Amino acid sequence: MSVRQSLLAILDQGPCYGYQLRTEFDRRTGSTWPLNVGQIYNTLDRLERDGLVEKGEVDEQGHVYWQITDAGSAEVRAWLASPVERSQGTRDELAIKLAVAATLPGVDVADVIQTQRIASLRQLQELNRAKYAGRNPDGPEELAWSLVVDSMIFTAEAEVRWLDHTEQRLALHPQHAMALELSTEKPKRGRPALDRSSGEGHSPDSRSLSEGRSPETKRTDDADDVSARSAGAPSEVAR
Amino acid sequence: MTAVLQLVGVTQQYGEGATSVSALSGVDLSVAQGELVAIMGASGSGKSTLLSIAGGLQRPTSGEVIVEGAYLSTATPRELAQLRRRSLGFVFQDFNLIPTLTALENVTLPLELDGFRARVARRAGRDALSSVGLDAKFDAYPDDLSGGQQQRVAIARAVVGGRRLILADEPTGALDSVTGEAVMKMLRTRVDQGAAGILVTHEARHAAWADRIVFLRDGRIVDQSQRVGAESLLAGSR
Repeated sequence: MSVRQSLLAILDQGPCYGYQLRTEFDRRTGSTWPLNVGQIYNTLDRLERDGLVEKGEVDEQGHVYWQITDAGSAEVRAWLASPVERSQGTRDELAIKLAVAATLPGVDVADVIQTQRIASLRQLQELNRAKYAGRNPDGPEELAWSLVVDSMIFTAEAEVRWLDHTEQRLALHPQHAMALELSTEKPKRGRPALDRSSGEGHSPDSRSLSEGRSPETKRTDDADDVSARSAGAPSEVAR
Repeated sequence: MTAVLQLVGVTQQYGEGATSVSALSGVDLSVAQGELVAIMGASGSGKSTLLSIAGGLQRPTSGEVIVEGAYLSTATPRELAQLRRRSLGFVFQDFNLIPTLTALENVTLPLELDGFRARVARRAGRDALSSVGLDAKFDAYPDDLSGGQQQRVAIARAVVGGRRLILADEPTGALDSVTGEAVMKMLRTRVDQGAAGILVTHEARHAAWADRIVFLRDGRIVDQSQRVGAESLLAGSR
């Protein structure tokens, strides 16, 4: 998650002390990803080490105000101007489950899909309820939060659309499902010869997922490294 | 909860004998007052046929449709037409407003056709348009309104004069996502105020406004989600 860049962008608006920074972050993300003060200070320490922020004045209550450096402001501009690269390496549990289920003789994938669809729709209903419960989602304090909820709503909807699509594709498939019996061929140990030329030091699954787009994957790995140092993945924090 | 609409064993066949096709097979469905039910399913699953039959626009091959206690199978065409004017409101994807009538005239037309005095009809029409936030647009023609505003006029027309069953067929299909959401919120609000609604949609985001989601496949109900708690989707606190 781009906690590091988000905090930097807030500091670009003016100096803040640690707890204030936490409040500002919460206010702008609707407390969807609550941060503890320890995370804030860890991030500030690393930003200082990298020359992006520096300690400034101390007020009468002992609050240390952190201020952004020119290099920090440049990083904020670069962050806002560049797209977020979604990580390629993570396994999509649902995609793998459906792909495997589709090959299992005697398993009705439509049932698996329907179970998931009901769960996703239930999640959509809850998100909808949360968005409209009590307050006006277009109010000044609520807007930031409801934008985050919208992002979750559209993600859940995309999943349902993908489920619909998968169901239709499988229904049109000549054998209805691929029904793979266990193969009698005994695979040899080691990696298949075809894959040996590409990618070094990757596990077989991450290599196959990143095939054909190695330059972007490289960049993504770097970006992941940065965000992994600041905080957990969004899904971990959100859940 | 009183059922505003009941479908009992509704079957719709097209053609006869070996070449006949079942658009709906033995569909049972009940929609209570204050309840919004979404119907989902792939193209050709029977969603629109179900809506036409529920609205008395089409008679099923067999089975019974009961709207506010009235059995549609024994109703005369005249009684059916009256039922459509008094109890049912349709909301379509492409709004279906009459372009030569103002917003207010579009809304009051079903009441005037039903014999209400013009003054009474106009008062009810103004109330309905106000309830969808169109106080300033009584005299506007459909062409002068945005898509979202036209759909709000259509919702006002669907609920004017205390009609209690709203049948919506992809009501957000021609609208951008923000406007579509506003229209869904309005529909939900009207149902919460005492109507009952069926929403045919293929968009999960909009189906999520319903209390219950019914899935059709090849003319049969294959599944339905549990009803959401008794409280409204719009009520409660975070």
